[in-house]
Amino acid sequence: MHIVVVGLSHKTAPVEIREKLAIPESRMGEALARLCSYQGVREGILLSTCNRVEVYAVVDEIEGGYGRIQEFLADAHLSLSSEQLTPHLYWHQGDRAISHLFRVASSLDSMIVGESQILGQIKDAFEIALTHKSTGIILNKVVKKAISVAKRVRTETKIAEMAVSVSYAAVELAKKIFSDLSEKTVLLVGAGEMAKLAARHFIASGVRHVRVTTRNPQHGMELADRFGGTAVPFEQFREDMASADIVLVSTGAAHYLVSEDDVQRSVKQRMNRPMFLIDISVPRNIDPAVRHVDNAFLFDIDDLKARVEQNRGGRLLEAEKAEQMVVDEVGIVRQWLQSLEVTPTIMALRTKADEIKRAEVEKTLGRLANLSESERELVEAMASSIVNKLIHNTMVTLKTEVNSSDGAAFVEAARRFFSLGDAAGSSVNGSAVESHIQSREETTPKAGAKTPDR
Amino acid sequence: MAAMFFMVTMALYFAATVSFLAYLLWPSDALSKASLGMTAVGFAAHTIALVARMVGTADVSPPGFHEALSFFSWMLILVFLAVEFRHRLHVLGSFIVPLALVSLVSAAALPETAPTLSPVFRTLWVHVTLSMLGTVGFAIAFVAGLMYLIQDRLLKSKRFNVLYSKLPALDFLDHLNQQSIVMGFPLLTLGIITGALSAEFSRGSYLSWNPEQTWALVTWVFYFAVLLGRLTVGWRAKRAAYLTIIGFAGVILTLIGVVLKGHGPVS
Repeated sequence: MHIVVVGLSHKTAPVEIREKLAIPESRMGEALARLCSYQGVREGILLSTCNRVEVYAVVDEIEGGYGRIQEFLADAHLSLSSEQLTPHLYWHQGDRAISHLFRVASSLDSMIVGESQILGQIKDAFEIALTHKSTGIILNKVVKKAISVAKRVRTETKIAEMAVSVSYAAVELAKKIFSDLSEKTVLLVGAGEMAKLAARHFIASGVRHVRVTTRNPQHGMELADRFGGTAVPFEQFREDMASADIVLVSTGAAHYLVSEDDVQRSVKQRMNRPMFLIDISVPRNIDPAVRHVDNAFLFDIDDLKARVEQNRGGRLLEAEKAEQMVVDEVGIVRQWLQSLEVTPTIMALRTKADEIKRAEVEKTLGRLANLSESERELVEAMASSIVNKLIHNTMVTLKTEVNSSDGAAFVEAARRFFSLGDAAGSSVNGSAVESHIQSREETTPKAGAKTPDR
Repeated sequence: MAAMFFMVTMALYFAATVSFLAYLLWPSDALSKASLGMTAVGFAAHTIALVARMVGTADVSPPGFHEALSFFSWMLILVFLAVEFRHRLHVLGSFIVPLALVSLVSAAALPETAPTLSPVFRTLWVHVTLSMLGTVGFAIAFVAGLMYLIQDRLLKSKRFNVLYSKLPALDFLDHLNQQSIVMGFPLLTLGIITGALSAEFSRGSYLSWNPEQTWALVTWVFYFAVLLGRLTVGWRAKRAAYLTIIGFAGVILTLIGVVLKGHGPVS
C-alpha cells in the first residue's frame, strides 16, 4: 500500500498539453470512478486546475500503480498516447508524494508562489472525491493534513503577502501598455475565479470602467453590480470589444471565443489604439493567432507565468521557511502512516490472544464441572493474566519501535511470530485498514526476509 | 574659451553615451545617476560654450552647419532633461544622448563659420533656429518611435528583460511621438517660411526648386501627412512609429546632402 502521485504542471508541460488533460468538474465523478476501477488502485483524488493535472492515489504496488495512472491520464484525450505524456509527467511515492501534495497546497509549487487559489482548488477536489467516495482512510487524512499545512504556511510565513499573483502580473503588464489605467476600460468575459481576481486588481490600480459579460445574463448583472460596471449581453461582446482597452477572458468554454478577425476588427475600430488581451482560461478561449494582429497584445496563462517567474527573488526566503514546515509536517504524517500499520497488528494480536484464551478456558471449565462460581472466575483470571503477560512486551515494543526506521520490520516480525496472517477481527479502523492488512500479507515474504537481523 | 568648453562637452557626452548604453543592459541605479550627472554637466559646459561664442563674436556672422548642429545637440539635451525632470525617464537618455553626441561630433568636423554669403543674417538666424527646433521635434519623435518599436517587439515576443522593465508604457511613447510632431511641425513650417523669405531677400525668389528646398518641402508634406493621418484615420502606435523613423531618416539625408554640397547656410 503506497501513496503515489502522477501528474504534470506548468513546470513540466505547456498549456497545449494541460488543456487536453484538464478534467471539467462535470466529468469529475466519472473520472474518479474510472480511476478507482483500475486494479490495484485503492484510493484516488484528482486535482485539475489551469496549471496542473495530478492524480494522487493509494496503490498496492508502486510501479504498476504508476503505469495505471499514466494510462488513466492518457485516456483523458483521444489524441494523446501514454508515450507522448511521459516527458511531461512526474512520479513520486511515499514521503515525496506527500511532500509534493503539501507543497502544492501551500502554493510552493504554484506558478505564483504564495497564491491562495490552489488551496481552494484542493478543498474542492477533496470535496468531490468525498462525494464520490473515491478516497479512504489514508488520502482523507493526508489531504486534510495538506489543507492544514497550507493554512499554517499562510499564517506563519509572509509568503502570501509577498506573492505576485497571475492576476497581478496582468496588471503589471497592462502598465507597460497603458501608462494611466484610470481612463481605461476593462471587459471581463466569463466569471472564472482568476479573472475576477484580476478585475479586482485592475480596479485597485485605478480602472474605473468595467464591463462584464457572462453566458448567464443574471450572473453577469450581479458581477457588473459588484464591480460597479455595466453588463454586456454575451452574444454581443465581440462587437463591444472595441470599446475595451483590456479584455480579460476566463470562461469554461472548450473552444476559442475570440478569433483573430474579431481582434483585427476591434483594433481597426479603435483606430489602432493598443488592446491588451489576457486569456486565463484553460483550454484557451482566445485564438493564439491573435498574436499576429498589430497593436493587440495577447497573453495567456503561460506568458503570465513567465513574467511572474522573474519576480521571484524576494519571496525565496519566506518560501524556504515554508519548505521547512512542509518537511516537518511530512514527518508527522509519516509517523501516522506507520502507526496505521502497527495499530491493526496490535488489534489482531489482542484478538487472537483473546480467542485462544476463551477457547482454552471453555475447554478446561467443561472438564471441571464441580467448580464454584468464584473458582471458575479464578481460572479465567489466571488464563487472562498469562495471555496478557505473554503479549504485553510484544505490544509495548511494537508501539515504541513503530516510529523507528525499522518500525515496519517489527510489525512484520510480530505478524509472523503470532501467525496473524488472516488479520481476522481487526475491525477497528474499518474496511480500508482490513484491505490494507491483506495487501501487506500479499507482499510479506520479501519484506519479512530482512527481519531476522534484529 | 568656447572651444575648450566645447571639447569638454564632447568628452562628457561621450562618457554619458557609453554609460547610458551600459544602463540599457544592466539594472543599475548608480549607472543612471552617473549618466545623468555627466549629461547635465556636459549640458552646462555646452551652454557656456554657446554663450561664450555669441559674446565673443560680437560681429554677427551667419550661422553655418557647425552652429546649427551644435544648437541642435543643445536643444535635444534640453528637451531630454526637461522630460527626465518631469517623468524620471532615464532610458530616454540612452537614445537621445548618443544622438546629441553624433550631432556634436558632426558639428566639430565642420568649419566654425561659413563664408559670408549674404547680408541678411538676422533672417537667417531665425530660419536656422526655427528649422532646427522643428528638427529637434522630429528627432524626439524618432526616438519615441524607436523605443515604441522596441517595446512593442519585447511585449509581442514576451521577452521581459532589463530593457523591457526600463522602457515606459507604449501609450506614453505614442503620446510623446505625437506631441513631438505636433510641436515640431509648426516650427518647421515657420522655418521654411522664414527660409523662403530670406531666399527672397538674398536671391530674389522665394523658391528656386534646388534639391535642398525640394527635400525640405517633401519633408514638410510627409510630416503633414503623418500628422493628418494620425488625427483622421488612426495612423498611431506602430504605424506612427515607423513613419516618424522614416521621416527622420529623410531629414538626416537632406542635411547630409546639403552639407556634402558645401552649400553654406541651411536653405
